[in-house]
Amino acid sequence: MIKGLLTQRRESVMTTVILFVILIAFTLFASNFDIGTFGVTLLSGLLKAMLLFLVGAGLALIFGLMDILNFAQGGTFMLGAYITYDLVHPNLGALSFLDGIPDPGLRFTVALIFGTAAGGILGYILERGLLRPLYKRPLFQLVLTFGVSIILLELVKLVWGPTPYAWTQRLALQDAQFVLFGQPFSVYRLFVIGMGLVMMVGVIALLRFTRIGIIIRAGVQDPEMVAALGINVRAVFTLVFTLGCALAAFGGGVAVPFLGATLSMGSTFLLASIAVIVLGGLGSFEGTAVGSFVVGIGWASMEQFSARPEIGTVWASLAPMLLLALILLIRPKGLFGEDR
Amino acid sequence: MTGADLLTLQGVHTFIGQFHILEGVEFSVPTGSITVLLGRNGAGKTTTLRTIMGMTPPTEGVVTYNGQTLNGKPPHTIPRLGIGYVPEHRAVFRELTVAENLKISERKTGDFDRQADSIFTLFPDLKRLYTLRGGSLSGGQQQMLAIARALVPDNKLLLIDEPSEGLAPVIIEQMMAAIRELSQHKTVLLVEQNFRVASRLADRYVIIDDGRSVQTGLMADLKDDEATIKRYLGVA
Repeated sequence: MIKGLLTQRRESVMTTVILFVILIAFTLFASNFDIGTFGVTLLSGLLKAMLLFLVGAGLALIFGLMDILNFAQGGTFMLGAYITYDLVHPNLGALSFLDGIPDPGLRFTVALIFGTAAGGILGYILERGLLRPLYKRPLFQLVLTFGVSIILLELVKLVWGPTPYAWTQRLALQDAQFVLFGQPFSVYRLFVIGMGLVMMVGVIALLRFTRIGIIIRAGVQDPEMVAALGINVRAVFTLVFTLGCALAAFGGGVAVPFLGATLSMGSTFLLASIAVIVLGGLGSFEGTAVGSFVVGIGWASMEQFSARPEIGTVWASLAPMLLLALILLIRPKGLFGEDR
Repeated sequence: MTGADLLTLQGVHTFIGQFHILEGVEFSVPTGSITVLLGRNGAGKTTTLRTIMGMTPPTEGVVTYNGQTLNGKPPHTIPRLGIGYVPEHRAVFRELTVAENLKISERKTGDFDRQADSIFTLFPDLKRLYTLRGGSLSGGQQQMLAIARALVPDNKLLLIDEPSEGLAPVIIEQMMAAIRELSQHKTVLLVEQNFRVASRLADRYVIIDDGRSVQTGLMADLKDDEATIKRYLGVA
């Protein structure tokens, strides 16, 4: 049995390594073998990977533990972005209680905390108030989270209007640039990559080294048995849902300075994140982490590649789903997936 | 040495979906005893254990443990009263290590440290396998782990479902020795399909047939009652 598991593991790792080699080669090709463009494309890929991880981590945890595909995760990402944006930009409209803070950097930090908390609170209410009565009706849950995502979209439209917002409050980190292989790259984007990595390590550490992490990992396999040990598994469901939504809102908050706030950002990242968790292997958190790098780098290199006039930019937006289809053809369970 | 009844079921009925699985189960488990639930496949033995644990709550009847009624209690609060459950097919957490599988069932900080010596005396293999993942263990090792997990908190009653299922004879002997050993300090309610194992382990029996408890008594008496054994258990 141990031999079988090791073989399966080795296959997962080998497939992942081969995939990364192909992706790096494609990135190089898409960059016309220009090392500067290659470096920037790779960093853009890492940036996307981190944002995908922040949305996908919550999706994967919630799906793994509760078998719920939370369609509202994209809406939470968007909500985090809009709240952060509004709090940082004075006199925008809905939220103005941080306008007294003169430093945009400090305002942004506090706004990020509020945006993340709003996502967490939304997740808490969604799980406790709406999903809990529907635990025995999985299809209803799916429809419910889809409905909530539509409500969130309409709510954002109602409060902030349909027009996209571009970030105008310059942060010191945005103005600072560094040069990579002769190409400029914003320090803020590097900061987002760093924050994403910190979150990734933090969530992995939580899952690996804490009691609550052990309970979550056990619950992913058999929540009924976890309850049979005397653990309130429903409280764990609430915690995971809250944490998952907070992570997505945090992702929206850190992304808004360079993505801006748009109504389509939620659905774009939701779809790509679904590709991440399926491609990584449903229920596998490490699969989600690896999957976010695969989709992030693949997406960025496809953007670079499709910038050529003869290709067309539509291929860039198709990249996550194309990668998903490709991986599932090779490994139907995803990179690190097991039978569920 | 048996004492007052630790667990009592009175007129218990349980449904799973639309199916009426238990149609009036009554028996009691005296403190300090090993009581075995016997019966053919599908008779309702596993459902009886799950009903006690609140996983398939009774629609009628009363389940009493240590003087408290368990009816209506949320499933996660029932183990906290001192009931350990070892389910059919073990339900070891495959992704967790042996150490994590044991520590997850702590109810108070330090439960595992307090019980580690006695657990590893009972199941020495687990010490050697401590860092391996649950999914990589053999069936016998998983069964040991599942029982050990129920021993981490200070449970008074252990519900063990089919401990010999799918195990080699030599492993079954080890498992029986372990259950006998732990019954020195715990009360055990066992589901066991293998009558030879059941008759050597238990001092009391309950026969479940078509969702009803049809006969209870001392195992010493049942051993000689070939007609009952043949009728309800299909063992010649």
